[in-house]
Amino acid sequence: MNAFQLYRRYIAASIRAQMQYPGSFLMMAMGEFIVTFTEFVGVWVLFGRFGQIRGWTFAEIAMFYGTVNVSFAIADSISRGFDVFGPQFVKTGNFDRLLVRPRTTILQLLGYELRLSRIGRLIQGVVVLTIATHLLGIGWDARKLLLLAAAIASGVALFVGILVLQATLAFWTVESLEIANTLTYGGVEAAQYPLDIYSRWFRDFLIFVVPIGCVAYFPIVRLLGHRAPLPAPGWLLDAAPLSGFIFLLIALRVWRVGVRHYTSTGT
Amino acid sequence: MTSLRPYLTVFRMRFVLMLQYRTAAVAGFATQCWWGFIKVMVFAAFFRSSSVHQPMNFAEAVTYVWLGQAFLALLPWLSDPDIAQMVASGNVAYERLRPLDTYFYWYARAMAWMIARAVPRALMMFAFACLIVPLLGMGDWRLRLPATPESAVLFVGAIAVTVMLSSAMVMFLNLGCVITLSERGVNSLVVPFVLILSGNLVPLPFFPNWIQPLLFAQPFAGLVDIPYRIYFGGLTGRTALAGIAQMLAWTIVLGFVGHRALSAAMNRLQVQGG
Repeated sequence: MNAFQLYRRYIAASIRAQMQYPGSFLMMAMGEFIVTFTEFVGVWVLFGRFGQIRGWTFAEIAMFYGTVNVSFAIADSISRGFDVFGPQFVKTGNFDRLLVRPRTTILQLLGYELRLSRIGRLIQGVVVLTIATHLLGIGWDARKLLLLAAAIASGVALFVGILVLQATLAFWTVESLEIANTLTYGGVEAAQYPLDIYSRWFRDFLIFVVPIGCVAYFPIVRLLGHRAPLPAPGWLLDAAPLSGFIFLLIALRVWRVGVRHYTSTGT
Repeated sequence: MTSLRPYLTVFRMRFVLMLQYRTAAVAGFATQCWWGFIKVMVFAAFFRSSSVHQPMNFAEAVTYVWLGQAFLALLPWLSDPDIAQMVASGNVAYERLRPLDTYFYWYARAMAWMIARAVPRALMMFAFACLIVPLLGMGDWRLRLPATPESAVLFVGAIAVTVMLSSAMVMFLNLGCVITLSERGVNSLVVPFVLILSGNLVPLPFFPNWIQPLLFAQPFAGLVDIPYRIYFGGLTGRTALAGIAQMLAWTIVLGFVGHRALSAAMNRLQVQGG
Protein backbone atom coordinates (compact mmCIF):
# COMPACT_ATOMS: atom_id res chain seq x y z
CA MET A 1 0.00 0.00 0.00
CA ASN A 2 1.49 3.33 -0.90
CA ALA A 3 1.46 6.39 1.32
CA PHE A 4 -1.51 7.96 -0.37
CA GLN A 5 -3.75 4.90 -0.04
CA LEU A 6 -2.74 4.53 3.58
CA TYR A 7 -3.55 8.18 4.22
CA ARG A 8 -6.98 7.65 2.67
CA ARG A 9 -7.62 4.75 5.05
CA TYR A 10 -6.54 6.81 8.05
CA ILE A 11 -8.89 9.60 7.01
CA ALA A 12 -11.80 7.28 6.34
CA ALA A 13 -11.39 5.83 9.83
CA SER A 14 -11.16 9.29 11.36
CA ILE A 15 -14.31 10.48 9.61
CA ARG A 16 -16.21 7.37 10.69
CA ALA A 17 -15.11 7.94 14.28
CA GLN A 18 -16.28 11.56 14.29
CA MET A 19 -19.58 10.66 12.71
CA GLN A 20 -20.36 8.44 15.69
CA TYR A 21 -21.39 11.67 17.40
CA PRO A 22 -23.25 13.56 14.68
CA GLY A 23 -24.89 15.93 17.17
CA SER A 24 -21.61 16.95 18.69
CA PHE A 25 -20.08 17.39 15.24
CA LEU A 26 -22.94 19.62 14.09
CA MET A 27 -22.81 21.75 17.23
CA MET A 28 -19.05 22.23 16.96
CA ALA A 29 -19.18 23.04 13.26
CA MET A 30 -22.00 25.51 13.90
CA GLY A 31 -20.09 27.05 16.79
CA GLU A 32 -17.00 27.39 14.62
CA PHE A 33 -19.03 29.06 11.89
CA ILE A 34 -20.71 31.47 14.30
CA VAL A 35 -17.46 32.44 16.07
CA THR A 36 -15.60 33.19 12.89
CA PHE A 37 -18.55 34.89 11.30
CA THR A 38 -19.02 37.13 14.35
CA GLU A 39 -15.44 38.28 13.86
CA PHE A 40 -16.34 39.26 10.34
CA VAL A 41 -19.33 41.21 11.64
CA GLY A 42 -16.83 43.05 13.86
CA VAL A 43 -14.84 44.10 10.78
CA TRP A 44 -18.04 45.25 9.12
CA VAL A 45 -18.95 47.37 12.16
CA LEU A 46 -15.61 49.18 12.02
CA PHE A 47 -15.99 49.88 8.32
CA GLY A 48 -19.45 51.29 9.06
CA ARG A 49 -17.76 53.97 11.16
CA PHE A 50 -14.51 54.56 9.31
CA GLY A 51 -15.50 53.90 5.68
CA GLN A 52 -12.07 52.63 4.59
CA ILE A 53 -8.70 51.61 5.96
CA ARG A 54 -5.73 53.25 4.26
CA GLY A 55 -7.46 53.21 0.89
CA TRP A 56 -8.80 49.67 1.16
CA THR A 57 -12.54 49.10 1.05
CA PHE A 58 -14.62 46.63 3.02
CA ALA A 59 -15.03 44.36 -0.02
CA GLU A 60 -11.28 44.22 -0.59
CA ILE A 61 -10.65 43.39 3.06
CA ALA A 62 -13.21 40.59 2.69
CA MET A 63 -10.98 39.06 -0.01
CA PHE A 64 -8.01 38.91 2.39
CA TYR A 65 -10.23 37.76 5.19
CA GLY A 66 -11.88 34.96 3.21
CA THR A 67 -8.63 33.69 1.70
CA VAL A 68 -6.75 33.44 4.96
CA ASN A 69 -9.67 31.79 6.74
CA VAL A 70 -10.07 29.14 4.06
CA SER A 71 -6.32 28.42 4.27
CA PHE A 72 -6.30 28.16 8.02
CA ALA A 73 -9.45 26.02 8.14
CA ILE A 74 -7.88 23.44 5.84
CA ALA A 75 -4.50 23.48 7.57
CA ASP A 76 -6.02 23.23 11.03
CA SER A 77 -8.24 20.39 9.94
CA ILE A 78 -5.47 18.21 8.50
CA SER A 79 -2.77 18.97 11.10
CA ARG A 80 -4.65 17.94 14.23
CA GLY A 81 -1.99 15.33 14.96
CA PHE A 82 0.68 18.05 15.15
CA ASP A 83 -1.55 20.38 17.11
CA VAL A 84 -2.02 17.88 19.95
CA PHE A 85 1.44 16.35 19.58
CA GLY A 86 2.81 17.45 22.96
CA PRO A 87 0.10 16.14 25.27
CA GLN A 88 -1.01 13.21 23.07
CA PHE A 89 2.29 11.79 21.86
CA VAL A 90 5.31 13.09 23.77
CA LYS A 91 3.87 13.25 27.26
CA THR A 92 2.23 9.83 26.97
CA GLY A 93 5.18 8.24 25.19
CA ASN A 94 2.89 7.24 22.32
CA PHE A 95 5.39 8.66 19.89
CA ASP A 96 7.52 5.52 20.42
CA ARG A 97 4.81 3.51 18.72
CA LEU A 98 4.90 5.76 15.69
CA LEU A 99 8.66 5.37 15.42
CA VAL A 100 8.61 1.58 15.22
CA ARG A 101 6.13 1.51 12.34
CA PRO A 102 7.58 1.31 8.84
CA ARG A 103 6.06 4.62 7.74
CA THR A 104 7.14 8.23 8.17
CA THR A 105 6.06 10.01 11.32
CA ILE A 106 4.72 12.85 9.20
CA LEU A 107 2.28 10.57 7.39
CA GLN A 108 1.11 8.96 10.61
CA LEU A 109 0.55 12.30 12.31
CA LEU A 110 -1.30 13.71 9.30
CA GLY A 111 -3.48 10.62 9.42
CA TYR A 112 -4.18 11.02 13.14
CA GLU A 113 -7.36 12.97 12.57
CA LEU A 114 -9.11 15.03 9.92
CA ARG A 115 -10.97 17.46 12.08
CA LEU A 116 -14.34 17.84 10.44
CA SER A 117 -15.66 20.59 12.70
CA ARG A 118 -13.28 23.00 10.95
CA ILE A 119 -15.74 22.95 8.10
CA GLY A 120 -17.51 25.72 10.03
CA ARG A 121 -14.59 28.09 9.46
CA LEU A 122 -14.15 26.85 5.91
CA ILE A 123 -17.76 27.62 5.01
CA GLN A 124 -17.43 31.01 6.64
CA GLY A 125 -14.34 31.75 4.52
CA VAL A 126 -16.11 30.68 1.35
CA VAL A 127 -19.17 32.78 2.22
CA VAL A 128 -16.97 35.82 2.83
CA LEU A 129 -15.13 35.25 -0.47
CA THR A 130 -18.47 35.01 -2.25
CA ILE A 131 -19.62 38.28 -0.68
CA ALA A 132 -16.35 39.92 -1.73
CA THR A 133 -16.62 38.62 -5.29
CA HIS A 134 -20.13 39.95 -5.49
CA LEU A 135 -19.31 43.39 -4.06
CA LEU A 136 -16.21 43.83 -6.20
CA GLY A 137 -17.78 42.39 -9.33
CA ILE A 138 -14.76 40.17 -9.93
CA GLY A 139 -14.95 38.30 -13.22
CA TRP A 140 -13.19 35.03 -12.53
CA ASP A 141 -10.86 34.00 -15.32
CA ALA A 142 -8.19 31.30 -15.30
CA ARG A 143 -5.47 33.69 -14.13
CA LYS A 144 -7.45 35.00 -11.18
CA LEU A 145 -8.57 31.55 -10.11
CA LEU A 146 -4.97 30.41 -10.28
CA LEU A 147 -3.86 33.33 -8.09
CA LEU A 148 -6.55 32.57 -5.53
CA ALA A 149 -5.72 28.87 -5.56
CA ALA A 150 -2.01 29.68 -5.16
CA ALA A 151 -2.76 32.00 -2.26
CA ILE A 152 -4.90 29.41 -0.51
CA ALA A 153 -2.51 26.49 -1.12
CA SER A 154 0.45 28.54 0.02
CA GLY A 155 -1.45 29.56 3.12
CA VAL A 156 -2.27 25.95 3.92
CA ALA A 157 1.42 25.01 3.57
CA LEU A 158 2.44 27.87 5.83
CA PHE A 159 -0.03 27.12 8.60
CA VAL A 160 0.82 23.40 8.48
CA GLY A 161 4.46 24.47 8.76
CA ILE A 162 3.71 26.53 11.86
CA LEU A 163 1.87 23.61 13.46
CA VAL A 164 4.77 21.28 12.63
CA LEU A 165 7.15 23.71 14.34
CA GLN A 166 4.82 23.91 17.33
CA ALA A 167 4.89 20.10 17.54
CA THR A 168 8.68 20.07 17.17
CA LEU A 169 8.96 22.39 20.14
CA ALA A 170 7.19 19.76 22.22
CA PHE A 171 10.26 17.47 21.89
CA TRP A 172 11.96 19.89 24.27
CA THR A 173 9.07 21.34 26.28
CA VAL A 174 6.82 18.22 26.37
CA GLU A 175 3.72 20.38 26.75
CA SER A 176 2.35 22.18 23.75
CA LEU A 177 2.81 25.88 24.26
CA GLU A 178 -0.05 28.29 23.92
CA ILE A 179 2.49 30.73 22.51
CA ALA A 180 2.22 29.07 19.08
CA ASN A 181 -1.31 30.47 18.96
CA THR A 182 0.22 33.89 18.34
CA LEU A 183 1.33 32.60 14.94
CA THR A 184 -1.69 30.49 14.05
CA TYR A 185 -4.73 32.37 15.34
CA GLY A 186 -2.72 35.58 15.65
CA GLY A 187 -1.47 35.09 12.10
CA VAL A 188 -5.00 34.68 10.83
CA GLU A 189 -6.03 37.82 12.68
CA ALA A 190 -3.11 39.80 11.25
CA ALA A 191 -3.47 38.54 7.68
CA GLN A 192 -7.14 39.44 7.59
CA TYR A 193 -6.06 43.00 6.97
CA PRO A 194 -3.71 44.09 4.19
CA LEU A 195 -0.08 44.11 5.25
CA ASP A 196 0.51 47.78 4.49
CA ILE A 197 -1.60 48.99 7.39
CA TYR A 198 0.90 47.67 9.93
CA SER A 199 4.04 49.20 11.39
CA ARG A 200 7.31 48.50 9.70
CA TRP A 201 8.70 46.00 12.26
CA PHE A 202 5.53 43.97 12.30
CA ARG A 203 5.28 43.96 8.51
CA ASP A 204 8.86 42.83 8.08
CA PHE A 205 8.25 40.03 10.55
CA LEU A 206 5.22 38.91 8.56
CA ILE A 207 7.11 38.98 5.27
CA PHE A 208 10.57 37.70 6.10
CA VAL A 209 10.33 35.60 9.26
CA VAL A 210 6.95 33.91 9.18
CA PRO A 211 5.70 34.81 5.70
CA ILE A 212 2.02 35.01 6.60
CA GLY A 213 1.99 38.34 4.81
CA CYS A 214 3.33 36.89 1.57
CA VAL A 215 0.86 34.06 1.22
CA ALA A 216 -2.31 36.10 1.14
CA TYR A 217 -1.31 39.70 0.68
CA PHE A 218 0.77 39.69 -2.50
CA PRO A 219 -1.39 37.29 -4.56
CA ILE A 220 -4.56 39.17 -3.60
CA VAL A 221 -3.00 42.53 -4.42
CA ARG A 222 -2.19 41.05 -7.81
CA LEU A 223 -5.67 39.58 -8.17
CA LEU A 224 -7.43 42.83 -7.29
CA GLY A 225 -5.09 44.80 -9.54
CA HIS A 226 -4.81 47.18 -6.60
CA ARG A 227 -1.88 49.58 -6.76
CA ALA A 228 0.50 47.90 -4.34
CA PRO A 229 1.12 50.34 -1.50
CA LEU A 230 4.21 48.31 -0.63
CA PRO A 231 6.86 48.76 -3.30
CA ALA A 232 7.60 45.31 -4.71
CA PRO A 233 8.73 44.23 -8.17
CA GLY A 234 6.25 42.26 -10.28
CA TRP A 235 8.20 39.00 -10.24
CA LEU A 236 8.23 39.08 -6.46
CA LEU A 237 4.46 39.39 -6.39
CA ASP A 238 4.19 36.31 -8.60
CA ALA A 239 6.75 34.32 -6.63
CA ALA A 240 5.28 35.22 -3.22
CA PRO A 241 3.08 32.10 -2.88
CA LEU A 242 6.24 29.98 -3.01
CA SER A 243 7.18 31.31 0.41
CA GLY A 244 4.53 29.20 2.16
CA PHE A 245 5.94 26.02 0.65
CA ILE A 246 9.52 27.00 1.43
CA PHE A 247 8.47 27.63 5.02
CA LEU A 248 6.88 24.18 5.18
CA LEU A 249 10.03 22.53 3.80
CA ILE A 250 12.16 24.26 6.41
CA ALA A 251 9.69 23.26 9.13
CA LEU A 252 9.90 19.62 8.04
CA ARG A 253 13.72 19.76 8.20
CA VAL A 254 13.52 21.16 11.72
CA TRP A 255 11.04 18.39 12.56
CA ARG A 256 13.60 15.76 11.58
CA VAL A 257 16.17 17.36 13.87
CA GLY A 258 13.57 17.19 16.62
CA VAL A 259 12.82 13.52 15.96
CA ARG A 260 16.51 12.70 16.21
CA HIS A 261 16.65 14.58 19.49
CA TYR A 262 13.63 12.71 20.91
CA THR A 263 14.07 10.69 24.06
CA SER A 264 11.02 8.85 25.28
CA THR A 265 9.35 9.95 28.49
CA GLY A 266 9.29 6.25 29.22
CA THR A 267 5.75 5.65 30.33
CA MET B 1 -27.33 30.23 53.94
CA THR B 2 -26.49 29.81 57.60
CA SER B 3 -22.87 30.74 57.33
CA LEU B 4 -20.58 32.12 54.69
CA ARG B 5 -17.55 30.24 55.95
CA PRO B 6 -17.64 27.10 53.78
CA TYR B 7 -18.05 29.22 50.66
CA LEU B 8 -15.17 31.48 51.62
CA THR B 9 -13.00 28.42 52.24
CA VAL B 10 -13.87 26.98 48.83
CA PHE B 11 -13.01 30.32 47.33
CA ARG B 12 -9.64 30.50 49.07
CA MET B 13 -8.64 26.93 48.19
CA ARG B 14 -9.44 27.33 44.53
CA PHE B 15 -7.70 30.69 44.38
CA VAL B 16 -4.45 29.32 45.82
CA LEU B 17 -4.62 26.29 43.54
CA MET B 18 -5.07 28.38 40.39
CA LEU B 19 -2.13 30.61 41.30
CA GLN B 20 0.11 27.56 40.83
CA TYR B 21 -0.20 27.73 37.06
CA ARG B 22 2.47 30.35 36.52
CA THR B 23 3.84 29.11 33.20
CA ALA B 24 0.35 29.16 31.75
CA ALA B 25 -0.07 32.72 32.98
CA VAL B 26 3.20 33.85 31.37
CA ALA B 27 2.46 32.13 28.05
CA GLY B 28 -1.05 33.58 28.08
CA PHE B 29 0.38 36.99 28.81
CA ALA B 30 2.76 36.91 25.82
CA THR B 31 -0.10 35.86 23.56
CA GLN B 32 -2.25 38.71 24.83
CA CYS B 33 0.47 41.31 24.24
CA TRP B 34 0.73 40.17 20.64
CA TRP B 35 -3.06 40.34 20.13
CA GLY B 36 -3.13 43.72 21.77
CA PHE B 37 -0.54 45.03 19.32
CA ILE B 38 -2.45 43.72 16.30
CA LYS B 39 -5.68 45.32 17.50
CA VAL B 40 -3.95 48.61 18.31
CA MET B 41 -2.29 48.70 14.88
CA VAL B 42 -5.61 48.07 13.15
CA PHE B 43 -7.18 50.93 15.11
CA ALA B 44 -4.20 53.16 14.32
CA ALA B 45 -4.69 52.48 10.61
CA PHE B 46 -8.43 53.09 10.81
CA PHE B 47 -8.02 56.38 12.68
CA ARG B 48 -5.40 57.60 10.21
CA SER B 49 -7.76 56.77 7.31
CA SER B 50 -10.69 58.85 8.40
CA SER B 51 -11.30 62.30 9.82
CA VAL B 52 -14.94 61.58 10.62
CA HIS B 53 -15.80 62.17 14.26
CA GLN B 54 -15.78 58.84 16.13
CA PRO B 55 -17.60 57.76 19.28
CA MET B 56 -14.21 57.51 21.01
CA ASN B 57 -10.80 58.89 20.09
CA PHE B 58 -7.70 56.85 19.29
CA ALA B 59 -6.18 57.07 22.78
CA GLU B 60 -9.45 55.84 24.27
CA ALA B 61 -9.72 52.98 21.77
CA VAL B 62 -6.15 51.92 22.62
CA THR B 63 -6.95 52.00 26.33
CA TYR B 64 -10.06 49.92 25.63
CA VAL B 65 -7.94 47.34 23.75
CA TRP B 66 -5.33 46.98 26.52
CA LEU B 67 -7.96 46.78 29.25
CA GLY B 68 -9.59 44.05 27.20
CA GLN B 69 -6.32 42.13 27.16
CA ALA B 70 -5.71 42.73 30.86
CA PHE B 71 -9.13 41.49 31.96
CA LEU B 72 -9.63 38.79 29.34
CA ALA B 73 -9.97 36.14 32.05
CA LEU B 74 -13.04 37.89 33.41
CA LEU B 75 -15.14 36.77 30.45
CA PRO B 76 -17.35 33.69 30.92
CA TRP B 77 -15.37 31.62 28.43
CA LEU B 78 -16.35 28.15 29.49
CA SER B 79 -18.02 26.13 32.16
CA ASP B 80 -15.93 25.10 35.14
CA PRO B 81 -13.75 22.24 33.76
CA ASP B 82 -13.87 20.34 37.08
CA ILE B 83 -17.65 20.40 37.05
CA ALA B 84 -17.68 19.25 33.42
CA GLN B 85 -15.49 16.36 34.49
CA MET B 86 -17.75 15.57 37.44
CA VAL B 87 -20.70 15.49 35.08
CA ALA B 88 -18.86 13.21 32.66
CA SER B 89 -17.75 10.80 35.38
CA GLY B 90 -20.99 10.87 37.34
CA ASN B 91 -19.27 12.24 40.44
CA VAL B 92 -21.63 15.16 40.27
CA ALA B 93 -23.97 13.00 42.36
CA TYR B 94 -21.71 13.62 45.37
CA GLU B 95 -22.57 17.30 45.17
CA ARG B 96 -26.06 16.35 46.32
CA LEU B 97 -24.62 15.02 49.57
CA ARG B 98 -22.84 18.16 50.66
CA PRO B 99 -24.61 20.18 53.34
CA LEU B 100 -24.16 23.22 51.14
CA ASP B 101 -26.21 25.06 48.59
CA THR B 102 -24.80 23.72 45.32
CA TYR B 103 -25.36 27.01 43.54
CA PHE B 104 -23.36 29.11 45.99
CA TYR B 105 -20.73 26.41 46.31
CA TRP B 106 -20.12 26.36 42.57
CA TYR B 107 -20.47 30.12 42.37
CA ALA B 108 -17.65 30.57 44.89
CA ARG B 109 -15.50 28.17 42.84
CA ALA B 110 -16.23 30.05 39.63
CA MET B 111 -15.36 33.37 41.20
CA ALA B 112 -12.09 32.13 42.68
CA TRP B 113 -11.10 30.54 39.39
CA MET B 114 -11.79 33.75 37.53
CA ILE B 115 -10.03 36.10 39.94
CA ALA B 116 -6.97 33.88 40.27
CA ARG B 117 -6.52 33.82 36.51
CA ALA B 118 -7.27 37.49 36.08
CA VAL B 119 -5.14 39.08 38.82
CA PRO B 120 -1.62 38.05 37.69
CA ARG B 121 -2.45 38.66 34.04
CA ALA B 122 -3.96 42.06 34.73
CA LEU B 123 -0.94 43.14 36.80
CA MET B 124 1.50 42.04 34.09
CA MET B 125 -0.58 43.67 31.37
CA PHE B 126 -0.79 46.98 33.21
CA ALA B 127 2.96 46.97 33.77
CA PHE B 128 3.55 46.16 30.11
CA ALA B 129 1.02 48.50 28.50
CA CYS B 130 1.54 51.46 30.85
CA LEU B 131 5.31 51.34 31.30
CA ILE B 132 7.07 49.12 28.78
CA VAL B 133 5.14 50.14 25.67
CA PRO B 134 6.17 53.82 26.04
CA LEU B 135 9.76 52.72 26.76
CA LEU B 136 9.74 50.88 23.43
CA GLY B 137 9.07 54.24 21.81
CA MET B 138 5.37 53.63 21.23
CA GLY B 139 3.96 56.29 23.55
CA ASP B 140 0.78 56.74 21.51
CA TRP B 141 -0.03 53.09 22.00
CA ARG B 142 0.20 53.00 25.76
CA LEU B 143 -2.54 52.21 28.23
CA ARG B 144 -3.61 55.50 29.84
CA LEU B 145 -4.41 55.85 33.52
CA PRO B 146 -8.07 56.38 34.50
CA ALA B 147 -9.43 59.73 33.36
CA THR B 148 -10.03 61.15 36.85
CA PRO B 149 -9.78 59.85 40.44
CA GLU B 150 -13.56 59.57 40.34
CA SER B 151 -13.35 57.35 37.23
CA ALA B 152 -10.78 55.20 38.99
CA VAL B 153 -13.02 54.64 42.01
CA LEU B 154 -16.06 53.91 39.86
CA PHE B 155 -14.01 51.55 37.70
CA VAL B 156 -12.89 49.50 40.69
CA GLY B 157 -16.51 49.21 41.78
CA ALA B 158 -17.64 48.29 38.28
CA ILE B 159 -14.99 45.62 37.73
CA ALA B 160 -15.93 44.02 41.06
CA VAL B 161 -19.50 43.76 39.81
CA THR B 162 -18.17 42.38 36.52
CA VAL B 163 -16.64 39.47 38.43
CA MET B 164 -19.98 38.72 40.10
CA LEU B 165 -21.89 39.08 36.84
CA SER B 166 -19.48 36.92 34.90
CA SER B 167 -19.55 34.23 37.61
CA ALA B 168 -23.34 34.19 37.35
CA MET B 169 -22.94 33.61 33.61
CA VAL B 170 -20.42 30.81 34.18
CA MET B 171 -23.08 29.25 36.39
CA PHE B 172 -25.39 29.15 33.39
CA LEU B 173 -22.70 27.36 31.41
CA ASN B 174 -22.34 24.90 34.30
CA LEU B 175 -26.07 24.46 34.29
CA GLY B 176 -26.07 23.78 30.55
CA CYS B 177 -23.33 21.26 31.15
CA VAL B 178 -25.37 19.46 33.85
CA ILE B 179 -28.46 19.35 31.66
CA THR B 180 -26.85 18.34 28.35
CA LEU B 181 -24.19 16.15 30.04
CA SER B 182 -21.43 17.71 27.95
CA GLU B 183 -19.67 21.04 28.14
CA ARG B 184 -18.58 21.28 24.52
CA GLY B 185 -21.81 22.24 22.81
CA VAL B 186 -22.86 24.85 25.36
CA ASN B 187 -19.47 26.53 25.42
CA SER B 188 -19.09 26.74 21.67
CA LEU B 189 -22.54 28.22 21.19
CA VAL B 190 -22.30 30.83 23.94
CA VAL B 191 -18.82 32.23 23.35
CA PRO B 192 -19.56 34.08 20.07
CA PHE B 193 -22.34 36.05 21.72
CA VAL B 194 -20.14 36.89 24.66
CA LEU B 195 -17.40 38.11 22.33
CA ILE B 196 -19.47 40.40 20.21
CA LEU B 197 -22.04 41.66 22.73
CA SER B 198 -19.53 42.42 25.48
CA GLY B 199 -17.41 44.69 23.30
CA ASN B 200 -14.42 42.36 23.37
CA LEU B 201 -14.35 42.09 19.57
CA VAL B 202 -15.18 45.69 18.76
CA PRO B 203 -15.91 48.37 21.39
CA LEU B 204 -19.69 48.67 21.56
CA PRO B 205 -19.80 52.47 20.87
CA PHE B 206 -18.59 51.76 17.30
CA PHE B 207 -21.79 49.88 16.51
CA PRO B 208 -24.48 51.86 14.66
CA ASN B 209 -26.13 54.60 16.74
CA TRP B 210 -29.63 53.20 16.53
CA ILE B 211 -28.65 50.02 18.32
CA GLN B 212 -26.72 51.73 21.16
CA PRO B 213 -29.54 51.83 23.77
CA LEU B 214 -30.11 48.12 23.25
CA LEU B 215 -26.41 47.32 23.55
CA PHE B 216 -26.16 49.34 26.75
CA ALA B 217 -29.08 47.48 28.32
CA GLN B 218 -28.09 43.88 27.55
CA PRO B 219 -26.27 41.81 30.18
CA PHE B 220 -23.00 41.25 28.31
CA ALA B 221 -22.19 44.99 28.21
CA GLY B 222 -21.27 44.76 31.89
CA LEU B 223 -18.44 42.33 31.12
CA VAL B 224 -16.34 44.73 29.09
CA ASP B 225 -17.95 47.85 27.71
CA ILE B 226 -19.41 49.57 30.77
CA PRO B 227 -16.38 49.22 33.09
CA TYR B 228 -13.90 50.21 30.36
CA ARG B 229 -15.85 53.28 29.35
CA ILE B 230 -16.03 54.29 32.98
CA TYR B 231 -12.24 53.89 33.13
CA PHE B 232 -11.39 56.34 30.35
CA GLY B 233 -14.14 58.76 31.24
CA GLY B 234 -16.58 57.86 28.48
CA LEU B 235 -19.24 57.23 31.10
CA THR B 236 -19.24 59.62 34.05
CA GLY B 237 -21.46 60.67 36.94
CA ARG B 238 -25.01 59.46 36.68
CA THR B 239 -24.52 57.50 33.44
CA ALA B 240 -21.69 55.60 35.06
CA LEU B 241 -23.83 54.84 38.10
CA ALA B 242 -26.68 53.79 35.82
CA GLY B 243 -24.26 51.41 34.10
CA ILE B 244 -23.18 49.85 37.38
CA ALA B 245 -26.82 49.60 38.49
CA GLN B 246 -27.61 47.81 35.23
CA MET B 247 -24.81 45.33 35.93
CA LEU B 248 -25.99 44.72 39.49
CA ALA B 249 -29.55 44.21 38.30
CA TRP B 250 -28.45 41.62 35.74
CA THR B 251 -26.28 39.88 38.32
CA ILE B 252 -29.25 39.54 40.67
CA VAL B 253 -31.62 38.42 37.91
CA LEU B 254 -29.18 35.87 36.49
CA GLY B 255 -28.27 34.66 39.95
CA PHE B 256 -31.90 34.22 40.95
CA VAL B 257 -32.93 32.43 37.76
CA GLY B 258 -29.75 30.35 37.77
CA HIS B 259 -30.30 29.31 41.37
CA ARG B 260 -33.86 28.18 40.68
CA ALA B 261 -32.86 26.37 37.49
CA LEU B 262 -29.92 24.59 39.10
CA SER B 263 -32.04 23.35 42.02
CA ALA B 264 -34.56 22.02 39.54
CA ALA B 265 -31.85 20.36 37.45
CA MET B 266 -30.18 18.82 40.50
CA ASN B 267 -33.49 17.42 41.70
CA ARG B 268 -33.85 15.31 38.62
CA LEU B 269 -30.18 14.82 38.04
CA GLN B 270 -29.05 12.32 35.44
CA VAL B 271 -25.92 10.57 36.55
CA GLN B 272 -23.55 9.04 34.06
CA GLY B 273 -20.99 6.37 34.63
CA GLY B 274 -20.90 3.43 36.94
